[in-house]
Amino acid sequence: MPGMEGTELRIIGFLCNWCSYGGADTAGVSRFKQPTDLRIIRVPCSGRVDPLLVVKAFMEGADGVLVSGCHPRDCHYSEGNFYARRRLEVLKRFLPFMGIEPGRFEYTWVSASEGARWQKVVTDFTDQVHALGPRRNFGEGNGGGDIR
Amino acid sequence: MRIGVFVCHCGTNIDGTVDSHQVAEEAKKFPHVVYATDYLYTCSEPGQQEIQQAVGEHDLDGVVVAACSPRMHENTFRRTIERAGLNRYMFEMANIREHCSWIGEDREANTHKAIELVRMAVAKVANHVHLHPSYFEVNKRVLVIGAGVAGMQAALDCADGGLDVVLVEKKSSIGGRMAQLDKTFPTVDCSICILGPKMVDVGQHEKIKLCTYSEIEDISGYVGNYTVNIRRKATYVDWGKCTGCGLCMEKCPSKKAYDYHNEGIADTTAINISFPQAIPKKATIDPEYCRQFTKGKCGVCAKVCPLGAIDYEMEDEIVAEEVGAIIVATGYGLLNMEELGEYGAGRYPDVITGIQYERFLNASGPTQGHVVRPSDGEEPKRVVFISCAGSRDASLDRPYCSNFCCMYIAKQAILTRDHIPDSEVYVFYMDTRSPSKGYEEFIRRAQEEYGVQYVRGRVSRIYPKGKRMVVRGADTLLGTQVEVETDLVVLATAATCAPEAEELAEKLRISYDEYGFYMESHPKLRPVETNTSGVFLAGACQGPKDIPAAVGQGSAAASKVLSLFSKDQLESDPQIAQVMELRCVGCLKCADTCPFQAIEEKELPDGRVVGHVIETVCQGCGLCTSICPSGAIQLQQCTDNQLIAEVEALCQAWRERSSG
Ligand SMILES: Cc1cc2nc3c(=O)[nH]c(=O)nc-3n(C[C@H](O)[C@H](O)[C@H](O)COP(=O)(O)OP(=O)(O)OC[C@H]3O[C@@H](n4cnc5c(N)ncnc54)[C@H](O)[C@@H]3O)c2cc1C
Ligand code: SF4
Ligand code: SF4
Repeated sequence: MPGMEGTELRIIGFLCNWCSYGGADTAGVSRFKQPTDLRIIRVPCSGRVDPLLVVKAFMEGADGVLVSGCHPRDCHYSEGNFYARRRLEVLKRFLPFMGIEPGRFEYTWVSASEGARWQKVVTDFTDQVHALGPRRNFGEGNGGGDIR
Repeated sequence: MRIGVFVCHCGTNIDGTVDSHQVAEEAKKFPHVVYATDYLYTCSEPGQQEIQQAVGEHDLDGVVVAACSPRMHENTFRRTIERAGLNRYMFEMANIREHCSWIGEDREANTHKAIELVRMAVAKVANHVHLHPSYFEVNKRVLVIGAGVAGMQAALDCADGGLDVVLVEKKSSIGGRMAQLDKTFPTVDCSICILGPKMVDVGQHEKIKLCTYSEIEDISGYVGNYTVNIRRKATYVDWGKCTGCGLCMEKCPSKKAYDYHNEGIADTTAINISFPQAIPKKATIDPEYCRQFTKGKCGVCAKVCPLGAIDYEMEDEIVAEEVGAIIVATGYGLLNMEELGEYGAGRYPDVITGIQYERFLNASGPTQGHVVRPSDGEEPKRVVFISCAGSRDASLDRPYCSNFCCMYIAKQAILTRDHIPDSEVYVFYMDTRSPSKGYEEFIRRAQEEYGVQYVRGRVSRIYPKGKRMVVRGADTLLGTQVEVETDLVVLATAATCAPEAEELAEKLRISYDEYGFYMESHPKLRPVETNTSGVFLAGACQGPKDIPAAVGQGSAAASKVLSLFSKDQLESDPQIAQVMELRCVGCLKCADTCPFQAIEEKELPDGRVVGHVIETVCQGCGLCTSICPSGAIQLQQCTDNQLIAEVEALCQAWRERSSG
């Protein structure tokens, strides 16, 4: 289907079932309007998100990746989001070395009641990715030599 | 694989901003999809029948429903396909309502997005395998936390239903806030007269084990099998010996202890029984005021106690209890009135709170029911009530309504006119809220029969004038400023969450909202359930509510537990981790990571050590799957391959989008 190219960017979100996915539901129920770029994948816990999955999404062409879980200490599985925080923080620092600008990846915490917060997170992150524009993929550009 | 896709219109909820028909048409082009259709209401009975039929007609072995959130209807549709003879886990939902049609107005963009969401779901189902639950034993005991009227009702209903109940209460007596109240709206019957017999029933019920002056230390386990450590705080009185005779209270020389039951309007003794009807009726020493603790000598109570019950050396004790379900009924707190500077609260002695006023009105309160001004002990001739003190105020970050204040103000206003017939009563209000049975009539009675003067408007300032106070505010109906000179001001301070509500939620692994009130599983359809299976809510811990509502929820939560326990075995969710032993390198990183100790070492016949998941303990978080270096432990229904399939399907769609 044509039409969206050029206006929408490719953004993928991994959301934990108990808090952030519920927060996104709450935002929907409250009809809080959001940019349409984001596609959400539901996972049980932000700690389920393997950093390689985020890398995979970028390799496959994503312009932005967002991970969102429960607030620290509020994890449905006690400590899953602590694991997530540690791993994703390392990932965040590492991505620039792969040529992925820092602003293209974020992780955040949104609870199931925070519909308005979710709206803001999506809007801000989408704006941030739009400011960076579409991402040039590995191998695209000058002969595949320049990965920076 | 043969997958069927069913796209819902949800009336116009989805179809208003998503072209559901086009989504179905596009879905037909996806790999594995052999059938796709759209329907007005997929969750309705004919909608579900259509799915069942299609499963047979098109020989489907996997189903995708594109509709609302899976948090809403995943189980509905799993049952549908199960009825059609499929394994219930061969199913996936694409959330094209909450995450799509409701949040964007651009029909083209939404439709496009919905198509991609369906494509991801199809890719995931294509990687699904049949899963089968296993069964485990349930421990049919229930823990109730908080013994206000909601918790007491829950405990009684469970116990009458034959369950063993452990009832944990922070304070030394059960009863909660209702035990402090004088009369109750809208019938103006005596609070302790209706609560007292219930308290006695709780205290005497052979199925209820009472743990007052206790708190939850920690909780582990899962539905059907929780282990709870309870901290029984030191009372410094051996309750096995104490008969509640009260001799110690008569003789205790430390008479200026803070009286929690009377909300500080009077003092009590360092050793005390909090109120005459307390259950259990046992003495407790407050070490903050007891001279044996503060000065290191006294010992009067130990000398006078005829039973030798005093034990200054007592320490907190931790006791473990095993239960299968938990009802949380920890109630609410009240805003510290000193946060309300504009009302002079805390600065002027004659500005008090509603709950303090309740103690003045109460015949068993410190003034035997005579209403007096705290400053000079004189009877007030004019009383001003101020509603919404701290509630419905976004500037104080408390935009919500405290629910019961309008009604108790009307009650207290009526009682004031009863106690002091020559008094005048004013109520400053924003709106009066009286939606329940008999409530509006009650407010009318206060106005018409008792002549209570209702002034619609916010109070801007209170200041002293001689022995009286001046209340200044706007009358928004007349559009004028008003000033009322008065003897006493009563603030309906906002209801807040119970103290330490957040800490308890974290121990229980349940969610709470930004004000600390606990989150129900669904605001309309699952009001007493939480998202943690086996944990239920009752009363004001979920949000401010009055006694009838709190009691109703207590019974509702009890009936949920009774129905949960009506089976001897519970079905375990098969969406758990599984170890592929061939791939496992035996590092046991998974076992270290698992927050539930669900992974144990297992020795294979050839001597190799691998990880092994204990089915009933695994909660399905998938932490192990992301830590395993060899990809050997996979969370079923959320395997690496399934997530990658979703990502790839989406990226494929993106690539097609830019090339075509
Ligand atoms: C001034 C005033 C007047 C009112 N008048 C009326 C009236 O006339 N009619 C009416 O219907 N309603 C009235 N209400 C409302 C009424 O108080 C509540 O509806 C009712 O108390 C709710 O009961 P509950 O059991 O949910 O909570 P609570 O009464 O608050 O009981 C909760 C219990 O849990 C305990 N607890 C808290 N945290 C823990 C913990 N971590 N561990 C263990 N235990 C814990 C508390 O100590 C308490 O005993 C009034 C309220 C106020 C403030
Ligand atoms: S030791 Fe003394 S001050 Fe302490 S409770 Fe006993 S009598 Fe009161
Ligand atoms: S998914 Fe893994 S880490 Fe999570 S509870 Fe099950 S075994 Fe433990």
